[in-house]
Amino acid sequence: MLEMMIISSMKVVVVVVAVLTCCAYSTWLERKVVAYMQHRMGPTMAGPFGLLQPLADGFKLIFKEDLVPNSVEKVTFALAPIISFVPALLTFAVVPFAADFELFGYAVTGVISDLNVGVLFVFAVSSLGIYGIVLAGWSSGSKYSIMGSLRASAQMISYEIGYGLSIIGVILLANTLSMKELVAMQGSDSIWFFQNWFVFKQPLGFLLFLTCAIAETNRAPFDLAEAESELVAGYHTEYSSMRFSMFFIGEYANMLAVSAVGATLFFGGWQGPLLPSVLWFLIKVFLFMFFYIWLRATFPRMRYDQLMNFGWKVLFPVALLNTMITAAIVMID
Amino acid sequence: MSLDLAIFVVSSVIAVFGAAMMIFQRNPVASVLYLILSLVAQAVLYVQLGAAFVGAVLIIVYSGAILVLFLFVIMMLNLRSSEDLGENSPPIHRFVKYFISILFFLELAFVIRVSVGAGSTTTAGIETSTDGLFGSVESVATLLFTRYLYPFELTSILLLSAIVGAVIIARRATADELPMKPDTPAEPISQNLNEGHE
Repeated sequence: MLEMMIISSMKVVVVVVAVLTCCAYSTWLERKVVAYMQHRMGPTMAGPFGLLQPLADGFKLIFKEDLVPNSVEKVTFALAPIISFVPALLTFAVVPFAADFELFGYAVTGVISDLNVGVLFVFAVSSLGIYGIVLAGWSSGSKYSIMGSLRASAQMISYEIGYGLSIIGVILLANTLSMKELVAMQGSDSIWFFQNWFVFKQPLGFLLFLTCAIAETNRAPFDLAEAESELVAGYHTEYSSMRFSMFFIGEYANMLAVSAVGATLFFGGWQGPLLPSVLWFLIKVFLFMFFYIWLRATFPRMRYDQLMNFGWKVLFPVALLNTMITAAIVMID
Repeated sequence: MSLDLAIFVVSSVIAVFGAAMMIFQRNPVASVLYLILSLVAQAVLYVQLGAAFVGAVLIIVYSGAILVLFLFVIMMLNLRSSEDLGENSPPIHRFVKYFISILFFLELAFVIRVSVGAGSTTTAGIETSTDGLFGSVESVATLLFTRYLYPFELTSILLLSAIVGAVIIARRATADELPMKPDTPAEPISQNLNEGHE
């Protein structure tokens, strides 16, 4: 009992530290990739290839003045960055990051908690992330903030439906809600190690998932909430210093979370030949991250009404269709 | 004190505290936040009973969807603390409020008394159904699609009609119903936004 608790808490610490490190280096990756796509160099000064840039950014943000405008609701204003940050971290509690392994003679499972409703847990937690944005906008007492947060929350509510429906196909095929079993199901010993990945059985579901995930995390081309040409910085206009950086880390943690969920549900999680399982998991997650950044460098921002129309009139019906077709196939089999 | 008991005590205290604070707060946004706190603590209790599915659904549906809409409405109306909490309402309103509250309280007390007397909601009732499936997705789905199929389907029709009603109330008049030009821009979302915070 005590042993299990120590192992679990160690896993929690390791995963949290790993996620925060990945967040920091995602910002580096984003700046580098976008820079190369635009024929620039990106950060080069801090360390080799600018690898110490995230540290430098962190120090800069910590030493900046924490400005709190007079018109804010103090408690909610302080609470909002935390609320937007914590749910993203919680997602990693149920995502399997490696195969079961042995460490100093103790058997360790490659997931913090193998909930039998893991997938539902992910969606429950991600549906809470919206409060951070709503409360930030409301408590700031600024027009830009509240417009940004209204937009963001309308967008997240609309796309959450498509997001939820897009994975029903996978769940119907797999007949389980446990993330661990989902990963185990996608393994294969043959040379075509990727033959059981759900992305091939649910291509439409995967496309829907990808689109909705981008909208869920408020990223380009769906980053209406922070449309700087109209709304300054949207819901976090009034935030500065560490409070601002918590939103920033939260956004990257959210991206990592949906990437991890996508890799687990559609790309076999940590399954892969030769390389260690943790490495496979990281590779898949960062391929998703690269895709995110690539999109940002490629597409212009959508207009707000286009975005809402797309969500309700295209994604939602297509997701329902995908669910119906998959259900019919499962019935016939 | 075992870990189970500790978790139960902590989350029940949080749930009750959140529910009480929700009523005592004068600021509607704070009320909503306390309600969320209470719901999350309740979800923990469900998970502890082995009904992880119910816990997850409680969070997805209530915390994740319904309370977001509550918050939306409060923000849109820009309700502020101690603004029109009904203290100056006519006596007949107050009478109805108290009457319904007392009626509801009596009903609740009656239901608790009857069910505890019959021993159906005590732990004994739960233990008899613990075949490893209690509260699982399978058992909930089986019940929904067999014994409770008709109520389940009827509820969906109820929700559908509610959606249709909401759309009819909220939709903008079409161009031929309106005397004004069709390309007139829509009204701003909320005039209250201009007032900002005091």
